[in-house]
Amino acid sequence: MSATENRSGPPGLWTRIAHPGLFLGWSRHLVVPLALLCIALFAVGLYFAFPGSPADYQMGDTVRMMYVHVPSAWLSQFCYGVMCVSAIGTLVWRHPMADVSQKAAAPLGAAFTALALFTGSMWGRPTWGTFWEWDGRMTSTLILLFIYLGIVALWRAFDDQLKAARVIAVFTLVGAINIPIIKFSVDWWQTLHQPASVFRLDGPTIDTAMLVPLLVMTGAFSVLFLTLHLVGMRTEIGKRRVRSLQTALARAEGGAR
Amino acid sequence: MSAIGAIIGRELRLSLRQGGDLLTLLVLFIGIGVLVPLAVGPDRALLARIAPGIIWIAALLAQLLIHDRLFRADHEDGSLLAFRHAGLPLEAIVGAKLVAHWITGGLPVIIAAPLMGVMLGLEPMTALAAVGVLVIGTPALTALVAISAAITVGLRRGGLVAPVLILPLTLPVLIFGTGALSASAMAAQGQAVLLLGALSLVSVAMAPFAAAAALKISGE
Repeated sequence: MSATENRSGPPGLWTRIAHPGLFLGWSRHLVVPLALLCIALFAVGLYFAFPGSPADYQMGDTVRMMYVHVPSAWLSQFCYGVMCVSAIGTLVWRHPMADVSQKAAAPLGAAFTALALFTGSMWGRPTWGTFWEWDGRMTSTLILLFIYLGIVALWRAFDDQLKAARVIAVFTLVGAINIPIIKFSVDWWQTLHQPASVFRLDGPTIDTAMLVPLLVMTGAFSVLFLTLHLVGMRTEIGKRRVRSLQTALARAEGGAR
Repeated sequence: MSAIGAIIGRELRLSLRQGGDLLTLLVLFIGIGVLVPLAVGPDRALLARIAPGIIWIAALLAQLLIHDRLFRADHEDGSLLAFRHAGLPLEAIVGAKLVAHWITGGLPVIIAAPLMGVMLGLEPMTALAAVGVLVIGTPALTALVAISAAITVGLRRGGLVAPVLILPLTLPVLIFGTGALSASAMAAQGQAVLLLGALSLVSVAMAPFAAAAALKISGE
């Protein structure tokens, strides 16, 4: 029924978002504005992060590490959330766009997690006196990185990408148990990493002068993720088209012989 | 219930009649226990301190070694397809296979653990405690290994990917399993045992559904 509707009238909102061909059409106009917005946000954020914000009274200038560390750590978890939602889309509706979204998000998540771990250890050395400690939050974030790498490896191991998407969706949902563990690890094991100080019921405990650059940088990182995710999805759809065209070509040639 | 019993019986008969597997498993498990003292040197105090970790790593490696035999043979000879059309739901069949797999792959390791503990210089009481902790923790290992085995069953190159998938999921089991045996405060030990039990319960409850879902997709 919906197919006849699509043919007769203009496509509905969901069709426009979810149809791979139409997606390629409208997302083409989004890439450049998103990239420009990302650059602008980074310019403002970096200005606030360096000359525009005070040094910490205890940590000095090393506090500026926070403006990279916190956004990448937040994105490492947000990206897993995107993958979980896409995984549900894959398993419930078997939608190819959900597959593509899952596949494009995995390497990005791995990169942001690695960045969070790296900046964290760079920040930990001058303030805590150690690059690495087997603290609850660090260990659970390291597990998250391994899960991301496992998912990337799994994508590469499958020949049949349709089957891969659904099997990986199952694994992604199993691995989602780790996300609340990361979130609450600072409350359960109070060893080294500080507890939450931005999203709290009684309001943030950071001074406004530091909260503003932190939020701008978080916005910049989020837009960066959106841009890269969009480009990744477009590339993946393009790759699949090339592959199916090649298959069709090979089949036609084989038939001619 | 009798159908579940029949599947458990079938799995046990299959693995016992093939023989060799059980011996390989035990040799690997004990072999790691021999390897570590030779590699780090025969310092008894050091060995006794790291013995719980070695026992758990050996148990995990043993599980990794045998993960392939959970579903691969059934996938290749078509038994899984037959299972999908059985009167029992696939989830129940996977659960039964898990029980059988734990008996043939987990139990021998548990029985051999005190021997390895003594070899590594653990006090006899701690070596016996290792049995209890392994009984609580190995079901979680078996369940998590089963999920990865089901996910990679359709892969021709799955042999290397499965361990990469299993490792992050089993790290908590290793952390609390080692914590339950380490010689630190008694309160922390009790806590670790409880968390280990919780991990086992959650993963055993989840594994049949996740593994069955992955098997259904791989079988299409």
